[in-house]
Amino acid sequence: MPTVTMTVNGKQVSGEVEPRTLLVEFLREGLGLTGTHVGCDTSQCGCCVVHVDGRSVKACTMLAVQAEGAEVTTIEGLAADGSLHPLQQAFHENHGLQCGFCTPGMIMSSLELLQRNPDPSEAEVREWLEGNLCRCTGYHNIVKSVLAAAAAMRGAARAAE
Amino acid sequence: MVEKGIGAAVPRKEDHRFITGRGRYTDDINLPGQTHAVFVRSPHAHARIRSIAKEGALAVPGVIAVFTGADAQADGLGGLICGWMVKSKDGSDMKAAPHPVLAVDRVRYVGDPVAVVIAETLQQARDGAEALEIDYEELPAVAAVDAAHDGPLVHDEVPNNLIYDWELGDAAAVDEAFARAARVVTQEHIQNRLVPNALEPRAAIGVYDTGTEEFTLYLTSQNPHVHRLVMSAFVAVAPEHKLRVVAPDVGGGFGSKIFIYNEECVVTWASRKIGGRPVKWREERSEAFLCDAHGRDHVTKAELALDEDGNFLALRVTTKANLGAYMSTFSSAVPTYLYATLLAGQYKTPAIHANVKAYYTNTTPVDAYRGAGRPEASFLLETLIDKAARELGMDPAELRRKNFIPKDAFPYQTPVALTYDTGDYEATLDRALELADYEGFPARKAEAAKRGKLRGIGLSCYIEACGIAPSQVAISLGAGVGLWESARIRCTHTGKVQVLTGAHSHGQGHETTFSQLVAERLGVPYEDVEVIHGDTASTPIGMGTYGSRSLAVGGEAIMKACDKIIAKGAKIAAHLLEASEADIEFEAGVYRVKGTDKQKTIQEVIFTAYVPASYPEGVEPGMDESAFFDPPNFTYPAGTYVCEVEVDPDTGTVAIEKFVAVDDFGRVINPMVVEGQVHGGLAQGIGQALLEGAVYDETGQLLTGSYMDYCMPRADDLPSFEVHTSPGTPTATNSMGVKGCGEAGAIGAPAAVINALTDAIGQRVEMPATPERIWRAVRASAMPQAAE
Amino acid sequence: MYNFTYHRPRTLAEVAQLLSANEDAKLLAGGQTFIPTLKQRLAQPSDLVDLSGIAELKGIREEGGGLTIGATTTHAEVAGSELVRRLLPALADLAESIGDPQVRNLGTLGGSISNNDPAADYPAGLVGLGATVRTSKREIGAEDFFTGMFETALEEDEIVTAVHFPKPEKAAYAKFPNPASRYAIVGVFVARTGGGVRVAVTGAAPCVFRATELENALAADFSPAALDGVSVPADGLNEDIHASAEYRAHLVKVMAKRAVAAAG
Repeated sequence: MPTVTMTVNGKQVSGEVEPRTLLVEFLREGLGLTGTHVGCDTSQCGCCVVHVDGRSVKACTMLAVQAEGAEVTTIEGLAADGSLHPLQQAFHENHGLQCGFCTPGMIMSSLELLQRNPDPSEAEVREWLEGNLCRCTGYHNIVKSVLAAAAAMRGAARAAE
Repeated sequence: MVEKGIGAAVPRKEDHRFITGRGRYTDDINLPGQTHAVFVRSPHAHARIRSIAKEGALAVPGVIAVFTGADAQADGLGGLICGWMVKSKDGSDMKAAPHPVLAVDRVRYVGDPVAVVIAETLQQARDGAEALEIDYEELPAVAAVDAAHDGPLVHDEVPNNLIYDWELGDAAAVDEAFARAARVVTQEHIQNRLVPNALEPRAAIGVYDTGTEEFTLYLTSQNPHVHRLVMSAFVAVAPEHKLRVVAPDVGGGFGSKIFIYNEECVVTWASRKIGGRPVKWREERSEAFLCDAHGRDHVTKAELALDEDGNFLALRVTTKANLGAYMSTFSSAVPTYLYATLLAGQYKTPAIHANVKAYYTNTTPVDAYRGAGRPEASFLLETLIDKAARELGMDPAELRRKNFIPKDAFPYQTPVALTYDTGDYEATLDRALELADYEGFPARKAEAAKRGKLRGIGLSCYIEACGIAPSQVAISLGAGVGLWESARIRCTHTGKVQVLTGAHSHGQGHETTFSQLVAERLGVPYEDVEVIHGDTASTPIGMGTYGSRSLAVGGEAIMKACDKIIAKGAKIAAHLLEASEADIEFEAGVYRVKGTDKQKTIQEVIFTAYVPASYPEGVEPGMDESAFFDPPNFTYPAGTYVCEVEVDPDTGTVAIEKFVAVDDFGRVINPMVVEGQVHGGLAQGIGQALLEGAVYDETGQLLTGSYMDYCMPRADDLPSFEVHTSPGTPTATNSMGVKGCGEAGAIGAPAAVINALTDAIGQRVEMPATPERIWRAVRASAMPQAAE
Repeated sequence: MYNFTYHRPRTLAEVAQLLSANEDAKLLAGGQTFIPTLKQRLAQPSDLVDLSGIAELKGIREEGGGLTIGATTTHAEVAGSELVRRLLPALADLAESIGDPQVRNLGTLGGSISNNDPAADYPAGLVGLGATVRTSKREIGAEDFFTGMFETALEEDEIVTAVHFPKPEKAAYAKFPNPASRYAIVGVFVARTGGGVRVAVTGAAPCVFRATELENALAADFSPAALDGVSVPADGLNEDIHASAEYRAHLVKVMAKRAVAAAG
């Protein structure tokens, strides 16, 4: 079996995997990072979204061997030094989650949006989340959370200047 | 008023683990020595199993065992049951056909499990499943409920596939009213079949401990005790006291995780068969489409009789309900007691009669899905009333207002069994019309027309019966179980409070809301309260979460247990304060001798209960009280939804421009959580109206078997919602005055959307109102906007 | 998924060698269609040859006034490219409309056109613009490249290396997505070029095609109104639970009008 080596949440990890092992399987079963979920088998629900080299991808539609040498960030790696990321904080404050199953993917997907576009409109948030399904919230409070996080991150960026 | 008590929009305490990826769902659990199960399912809607050859599968590396229906039968495993007896109008019992956990001889729907392959790894189990040879003889199938009566028999012993032919109401009074009616409005419609699609697929891990002879089942369940009961009493997997069911974090249910399914029974049994190694199964989404119980699927004819002034005289309803290939756990109750009993709606219609025929078909079993029966009733009434308004040339809001049960008429006995306790339907209607700027709609319609768009506005005044249910009423109507709820309040030495509930939270935020209740009632800090649920080993026997019952029934059990704590504490406080118990008053966490400043905090009293240095005679030590609550009546949340849509006549696409919801849920514990529940329900209701529909072909193949073809609402399909939860009329059915909020959105939204669409294009289209259906309707319509 | 041997070569020569040595080898580009296919066990390759390590297949550059885009360039890279935005904004818009952000981050131009899904967006862009597909062996005009449903002119051991897009005078893409999958029920790419007007339609039929009735009408008058009297025949168009052939035929015209309007 090939060995795959990558950096996950800042730590270098490696493991033997069958080539057919999906990245999400390697994260969940190989590394015990069960915050990345599997909600469908047609690459549409987005419960498995992680970042690979700074871009959001569906970890169910990528082989672990394709992430050789990559920097991978999962939901477990988002809170730096124990303090919540503004997106996590905003999802909490705005009731942006109910059952929590889609939440890691929603947050990881939204993270790339805010990296690309620090000040998205409501419509831009809704369009960006095309690849993430939620069955609980009707998206209302998810959209609100992403907009609130964007505002908080802009505020923090201004304060840092 | 306690900080973070009743009425406060407290952000949820359960959030932290979910936003940091530390939730613990069934599939996140991996046990030492675990094996993996894959179910081999029928590819045919109807077929005879000629033979199953296990050898090929058993030869696959890593495969440990293959079990079939014959193996399960030989081992004495029983079948799945439907727990609610519905009788036909001739008095005969419903025709509940056997439902083996693995098919024996016949398969009856695509997805019917035939065998399980257990292997060391999931991939090996898949390889084994592929190598299992099953020889089928295909049989003719029936998928549509309209074709069921004269179709091939799904179960040979059930003539015409007719499960029951049931009625409710006074047929003679209805006939009499129709005979003298000035006008009769008739509508035939389809309640589209829906797939629940909780985002977490179902999963189960069965473990048999060969030492203690105990079974443990980790499971995606809304009601672990109900699973335990049915699996022990009917399926005979294990005696009830030797079976522990754990439902950890559960990723949404919407009804689909109430039911006792084949797979969880099989993996639990199989663990014993293979010597006690854990057996894990997680469904693929494509399996979920085939084997999680679906919702709705009715064909209905409804007739409304009115007098010359627009007063409703009578309602006559005939419905055919598709229950699929087998009767799922509560399937019989959905198109009967959860449906026809709601046909009065918010209206004083004096005579109502409903006839419901339920049929078997070669499709996935159908059972309760968010709303369960009540969306079907509400849609029927609210679209029919709109049709009446159009035919009479009346404003739909005014026709409703004219027929509302007036607010001084409560308690109100409907002609379909229920007694509504409180309500003020005009108040919610007026508020909704105002928030929606109903008056200003014609100007918006005209402006849209200038842009070539068809704009419409639609109302829906829904009602539901929640807080399921008064046990004696339910049992007298056929329920096989009581529908009370339980709670236990366990205080610790240091004054912390553990709340053990029989309800189950899978998104509803019980850990927060129940903590608020207890903080308010006991006067302890919210942070000192911990809610524990979902494990039959640690929680009191409970009936679980469905039918918007957790707060109205389970919450009241918690309140009653709190009251027992307070009462016991009063005896201890009286002793400590050297006063008579009658002179002790309790408020905001403090026992006080009336009219004095002598007091003890509840924490001091709890400590004394565990360290009884000085203690009243005859009082047991400890502070740990249980309570059960059986509600005296249902609760009746109601409200008005207003939807405004804009249709692009060129393509038939529809955009929801505005959605206003005004709900009377009685008292609201956590407005943020309640609004979130409404949002989610609205999305599912809008999904039913515009996007979602399970489609079978004539041979019984599911054509919408994945997210490629079954349209789930996405963020860009939906608007932001305007949700308001006042003015409310608190119920007296429980001490909190709460009615329940989990299903309202899914119940009220479909009619609001469809009425708005009908208003826009001039004729009603069936749900889901897809762009092509709308485009065809626009084209066929005589409306001038669509002339070109 | 069945098991396979995984390769990540660095050069096209290595790719050719791997393909000739392993009869059942398949190429892996972004994998956004192929990995789901493998997961469903609908394909059983002996070897997967991952193209992501081959530098010469990547990148977007200006060439002869048009654009040349490497085969493993992702949809997100095309959508986000300043160069594409400036020279061929319609193509950036098309790439932006594919799938969802995560699919666009991995899915590639070469992978999409080699698969030739009848509902994919890129085939309309290539045919609409009269693009040229460059392969490891030759150059193929877009209309000759897409030969049928999931079929292309590619030979077994031939791989797409890049696509060259000439710059049109005006162009736009209008798509009516399937509400569930968000693939195109109908996608129409309209371009006015020096060589005439081209209207390419995806989603509506088993394979991308040029709508000659619409092209003729637009050749005389490149305006939405020019299409008013024209009707698109429904014969041979796709029919499924999402849309009838008749509805698709109607949408072809509506989307064409919208694309013409957007092209300005």
